[in-house]
Amino acid sequence: MSEADPILKVRGLCKNFGALAVTQQVDLDLARGARIGLIGPNGAGKTTLVNLLTGMLSSDAGTIVVDGQNLEQAKPETRVRHGLVRTHQINTLLMESNARDNVAVAVAERENYAWRMLRFGRQWRACQAEAQHYLEEMGIGHVGDRRVSQMPYGEQRLLEIAIGLSLKPRILLLDEPAAGIPSTEAHVIHDALERLPRDIAILLIEHDMDLVFKFAKEIVVLVMGRVLTRDVPANISANAEVRSVYLGRSAV
Amino acid sequence: MTQFLTILLDGTSYGMVLFIISVGLTVTMGLMRVVNLAHGAFAMIGGYIATVLVLKLGVPFLLATVLAAIAAGILGGLAEITVYRPLYRKGELPQVLLTIGLCFVAIAALTFFVGPTPLPAIVPAWLDQMVDIGFRLYPAYRLFLIVVGGLLAFIVWLIIERSLFGARLRAAVDDPQMARSVGMDVSRMFTITFVGGCALAGFGGAVGAGVLPLEPFYALRYLVYFLIVVAVGGMGSFRGSLVAALAIGIIDTAGRYTVPQFGGFLLYLLVFALLLWRPNGLLPPKSVA
Amino acid sequence: MTPITQNPPAAVPAQSFRPSMLWHALPWALAIGIYFIADGYHGLGTNIMIWILFAVSLDLALGYGGIITLGHAAFFGAGAYCAGIFAIHVNNDPLLGLLVATLFAGLLGFITGMLILHTRGETLLMLTLAIAALLYEAANHARWLTGGDDGLSGIRVAPVLGLFRFDLWGKTAYLYTLSVLFVWFVIAFFVVRSPFGRSLDGIRQNAKRMRAIGTPVWWRLVAMYALSAAMAGTAGALMAQTTRIVGLSSLELLTSGVVAVMLVLGGERRLYGAFIGATIYVIVQDLAGAISPFIWMFVIGFLLIVIVLFFEGGLMGIIDDVVNRLKGRGRKDQRS
Ligand SMILES: Nc1ncnc2c1ncn2[C@@H]1O[C@H](COP(=O)(O)OP(=O)(O)OP(=O)(O)O)[C@@H](O)[C@H]1O
Ligand SMILES: [Mg+2]
Repeated sequence: MSEADPILKVRGLCKNFGALAVTQQVDLDLARGARIGLIGPNGAGKTTLVNLLTGMLSSDAGTIVVDGQNLEQAKPETRVRHGLVRTHQINTLLMESNARDNVAVAVAERENYAWRMLRFGRQWRACQAEAQHYLEEMGIGHVGDRRVSQMPYGEQRLLEIAIGLSLKPRILLLDEPAAGIPSTEAHVIHDALERLPRDIAILLIEHDMDLVFKFAKEIVVLVMGRVLTRDVPANISANAEVRSVYLGRSAV
Repeated sequence: MTQFLTILLDGTSYGMVLFIISVGLTVTMGLMRVVNLAHGAFAMIGGYIATVLVLKLGVPFLLATVLAAIAAGILGGLAEITVYRPLYRKGELPQVLLTIGLCFVAIAALTFFVGPTPLPAIVPAWLDQMVDIGFRLYPAYRLFLIVVGGLLAFIVWLIIERSLFGARLRAAVDDPQMARSVGMDVSRMFTITFVGGCALAGFGGAVGAGVLPLEPFYALRYLVYFLIVVAVGGMGSFRGSLVAALAIGIIDTAGRYTVPQFGGFLLYLLVFALLLWRPNGLLPPKSVA
Repeated sequence: MTPITQNPPAAVPAQSFRPSMLWHALPWALAIGIYFIADGYHGLGTNIMIWILFAVSLDLALGYGGIITLGHAAFFGAGAYCAGIFAIHVNNDPLLGLLVATLFAGLLGFITGMLILHTRGETLLMLTLAIAALLYEAANHARWLTGGDDGLSGIRVAPVLGLFRFDLWGKTAYLYTLSVLFVWFVIAFFVVRSPFGRSLDGIRQNAKRMRAIGTPVWWRLVAMYALSAAMAGTAGALMAQTTRIVGLSSLELLTSGVVAVMLVLGGERRLYGAFIGATIYVIVQDLAGAISPFIWMFVIGFLLIVIVLFFEGGLMGIIDDVVNRLKGRGRKDQRS
């Protein structure tokens, strides 16, 4: 494997829900450290694509190759171990635990501590200490002890990213990290995204055009389960086809 | 051949009793999504009331069973309003425990008032005889159960499939959120359904006392059967519960007659395998299929 | 802007001693104290401790793992029958019997867990119920082995370690049970605080989240279920060895129900809840049962309704609330 090969290589991915073809022959390459935006109207199949890539849904056809290894049949946990990590459009958190423990269970899983039944002291505290580090990097270090159910929504969004990051991903799929955040506060998420480590390949799904166009070096447009086009931001906003199906309806 | 037909008849009458008692449970579990382990208690209450009415007050059998159904329905309604409502929002464990608690209270209360010994079956003289059905003499009581069960199944089918209330009920079982968002008074529907289900259970407990004998631990002893009917048929599925109740009645009877050394083992094994194969039962409603 | 670093901090804070940790000694000190003063009640005490062990095992599966089950008696009964049969036909050394019964129940939990833990909710509940019912029917019909509904009797147990004979007053049984309970409790105490236990708590709260961080959810549930089953098996084996009889009732639905009641009465997910719940249940049963067996059913049933509706944390939750009120602060997170 040379460094120039893409870290993620998807070919011919398909998924049907009954008669509804939600993902149709999707090809997608992510280079190491890439910054790619994925846009498309509601119901285009963006979240479904993330579910397929992470194994939360099984695909009907296609290959998913991570760093030269085909993970098409792999279980979700195996894919995470290969560095394929996601965040959720709708917060998916341990609501009764505190913020730090939400990250610490991920750290424990990554370090393979989570099978250890009788070593509760040091290892768990090490996980917590590392978890606290990620919380602080995301700017929510002060709420480490707070129950997630009592955290404001915006901080929960940041926690989603912190958990993903703590898994030391090589590919991070961010499903609308700013979903539900008022645009006046979206800059907090922007700043966090800008600071994500350079070596992680990132696929950012986002409806907020300002955010995607600033963040992404390249943009993929998904319409009705198909990749319409992939290009640099400047060409995307000039593309007439994209405008008609997508941008035409939102102010840019 | 005779034995085969006998098993079929015995199993069907037994299955009908299971159906009468369980159909309310399947609707409440499917509609309200509450694990209701107290359903057997309402059947038991019905059975106890009818027995006391017949034996102590000399009320005619049929009237006693109807009165028992009404009483069980009223108690069910009260229980729905007071303790079940707060339960809908809770998890399965609180539901399990509270309804076990209800069972305990019902058992204790009935034993306190009626006594801790099993009750004699109340079969009136006009049912307590043999009828010639061609190939053998057969107890009239069992035929009566089959007829009553069939009749009730037809009435419940009419209500569920042909009435406006039934249409709404089905819609609510298939998609509870949708039902609420189109402005159905879901909580009133819950109460009415619960009353109906408990009344049927009370009636079933009363008429079926000759098949499922009344005794202090009735509410727990037969609970497994009622739950199996619901789980096998598919929660919230009326047709499923009829099919499941008859199948279980016949399979259990056949098992006990032909391979008594395995007894109920066979039945539980089948249920176990079936649930592994189809976790949502035979005929699940759309919401879970 | 500085990129986020992904290097874990080197320093791990050390666990510091807090005086409140001394509370952990209380139940054990009480149990030992009772041994010396409660002549004539050692049998009752042993019984309570067996139920505590059983309830703690359920707390692992149901409380911490979120595995909704109404069939835990399957493992209790399996352990009891296994210990009894082993003592009669193979070897009557109590510790060996305990070990065999524990492994047997654990294996049973492992196998059935692999089969059923794909499902959830009501289906899982029904499957656990069906397993217990299957074992009940099996034990009922295998008369030659289990004694059927007469129960398995004639269990004779050798002295513990070849030194301590089981005496008529149940003093040896009391200490024997206490020691076994202590060992299992320490294991449970560690397990729920280990990364393993935390991940199960996560699965209970949100399995989807755990899958997204790479948790093999099913395997982990199976592991916890097997551990819990093994522990329940020990409890059953203790019951067989100390009472020298095993009845079909050890496999009954009522037994599964009762242990769940004990757990919730005391409060789930706090281990000590099982202590309080089982103690109160057995004592109420003993006292009220002396008047009429149905009075305790009424009391327990009523308590359950009240607890579920008004005190979700169980009795331990009430104690916590009172303590916090006295200390003048709000309710804090229970699991820290
Ligand atoms: N489990 C499912 N079963 C059936 N249809 C589904 C399922 N999940 C998604 N769909 C359908 O697939 C289509 C794509 O959904 P998806 O959530 O992937 O869209 P999306 O691009 O993420 O939309 P949004 O921008 O609103 O998040 C939608 O029409 C949706 O209704
Ligand atoms: Mg989406």
